[in-house]
Amino acid sequence: MTVASEDGARPTADDPRRKAHVILRVNGEDHEVAFLPHKTLLEVLREDMGLTGTKHGCELGECGTCTVLVDGEPQLSCLLLGLQSVGRDIETVEGMAGADGLHPLQQAFAELGAAQCGYCTPGFLLTAEALLRNDPQPSRERIVEELSGNLCRCTGYLKIYEAVEQAAAARTAPGAGR
Amino acid sequence: MMRLPPFRWHAPKDLAEVVRILAGEGPAARVVAGGTDLFPNMKRRHQKASTLVGLAGVEGFSGVTSTPEGDVVIGAGTTLRALERDAAAARLAPALVEAVATISTPVLRNMGTIGGNVCLDTRCNYYNQTWEWRRAIDFCMKCDGTTCWVAPSSPRCWAVNSSDGVPALIALGARARLVGPDDEREVPVGDLFRDDGIEYLAKRPDEVLASLIVPAQGDAVSTYRKVRRRGAFDFPVAGVAVRLRRDGDRVAEVAIVVNGVGSSPIRCTAAEELLVGEVPDADRIAAAAAAAWKPARPLDNTDHEHSWRKRMVRVETKRALEALTA
Ligand SMILES: Cc1cc2nc3c(=O)[nH]c(=O)nc-3n(C[C@H](O)[C@H](O)[C@H](O)COP(=O)(O)OP(=O)(O)OC[C@H]3O[C@@H](n4cnc5c(N)ncnc54)[C@H](O)[C@@H]3O)c2cc1C
Ligand code: SF4
Ligand code: FES
Ligand code: FES
Repeated sequence: MTVASEDGARPTADDPRRKAHVILRVNGEDHEVAFLPHKTLLEVLREDMGLTGTKHGCELGECGTCTVLVDGEPQLSCLLLGLQSVGRDIETVEGMAGADGLHPLQQAFAELGAAQCGYCTPGFLLTAEALLRNDPQPSRERIVEELSGNLCRCTGYLKIYEAVEQAAAARTAPGAGR
Repeated sequence: MMRLPPFRWHAPKDLAEVVRILAGEGPAARVVAGGTDLFPNMKRRHQKASTLVGLAGVEGFSGVTSTPEGDVVIGAGTTLRALERDAAAARLAPALVEAVATISTPVLRNMGTIGGNVCLDTRCNYYNQTWEWRRAIDFCMKCDGTTCWVAPSSPRCWAVNSSDGVPALIALGARARLVGPDDEREVPVGDLFRDDGIEYLAKRPDEVLASLIVPAQGDAVSTYRKVRRRGAFDFPVAGVAVRLRRDGDRVAEVAIVVNGVGSSPIRCTAAEELLVGEVPDADRIAAAAAAAWKPARPLDNTDHEHSWRKRMVRVETKRALEALTA
């Protein structure tokens, strides 16, 4: 049986074989989801919510492709339980593009060839988004440091750093939407 | 997908409830803080638990405070990232903050905690592998098997204590506050470790690490140096923490602690004795670095060649001492 504690944000699961029924807040919307207590957020997003934009790589914390934002901070969804995500604000790559088109980071990644096979891209986009929210004009050094937990086997990283710089410039240009 | 095995899940609000659950369930229950060590290990089936107690929601478990005297009290649930960004900790416990900033990657430091870093499982190339890989070598003594593949005639396991935070905490003279179901105690961080790859922690399974206390450093200076292959992700294959206080030209106090080259952190007392009361000139520093090199006995079970790792203990001890006495 699964019970939510009085504040609703701390579910416990006494039976490992029974699904937990919880509310997850993903990309600004509340979703009612049921999943087994041992499932990671990565598995819940992909398998129980159909949000396959978040990629699975090593599943051991060694590559960063599964990065999502939790309360605005990059976290590895392969090492976070679905149950640990209840009551927190989760952002995935599906939430980045808006009605007015691609997010400036997505636009810059596309224009500069910062995505080749694209497997690492969602993790880079979200990590870069968290960085730009805290530091709208980061130095190259800061970008390299903050993105150092995301591996890319295709681009050689340079185009990714340049795309983050281009998005930062676009975003802070007069009249920029976001 | 490399999945976690099923478990019961508890996420209590207070520490008393955590230890009550642990006492009731025995060794099959484990606490999880950031999960960056335990979850990969459970996915590869080399650490097991039928009940997990999540610590992230425990009230008062995270945060850094400092006293007017300059003691720093760090909640065990403080993330590595929060510690790295804490201005008071950077000023009052520099070796610790330097060490924490070298751990893995920024995103992993958003999740991993200092308590988890202290209680980190020991590591070995024959152990940190998938279940299928380990089955292919008939497992090893640390988990599911009988032989140690690093030293096949050895009666013990030589898995490596690979924490960056631990040597810095020991060098700074930090104490750990442990809370159990019936009692609470405070011990020097160095006393938490045993020189054994399997029974690496000298605390009861039902004791939770609640906080770490770094005493005021006065005019002592400290630093940490780490050897690894890449600038991010990698565990230390050797790490050296040094704390030093001078009285005029001479060394009044010094602590040199090496990690990543044995199953427990190593306090290099012979090297320390060569420095106390002396002027730390180039010859003294070279002699102390050579003495620090002696107790380091790395085996061939991590990245990089073990003889090179041993040599690097000497090099990094020298560099740390030079930096602190420049
Ligand atoms: C890719 C990768 C790279 C890494 N690189 C490094 C590195 O360079 N240096 C390094 O030092 N570490 C490294 N780590 C290990 C780990 O991420 C850190 O040590 C981290 O600080 C562990 O903290 P945690 O809260 O995530 O631990 P958890 O996984 O939650 O716990 C680790 C262990 O400690 C126990 N535990 C946790 N908190 C407590 C407590 N308060 N009281 C009692 N027991 C407790 C758990 O039961 C478990 O056995 C790396 C990990 C990964 C996946
Ligand atoms: S040191 Fe030996 S027993 Fe220990 S983990 Fe490695 S191979 Fe296994
Ligand atoms: S899939 Fe999560 S870090 Fe690789
Ligand atoms: S674009 Fe292929 S891994 Fe990065």
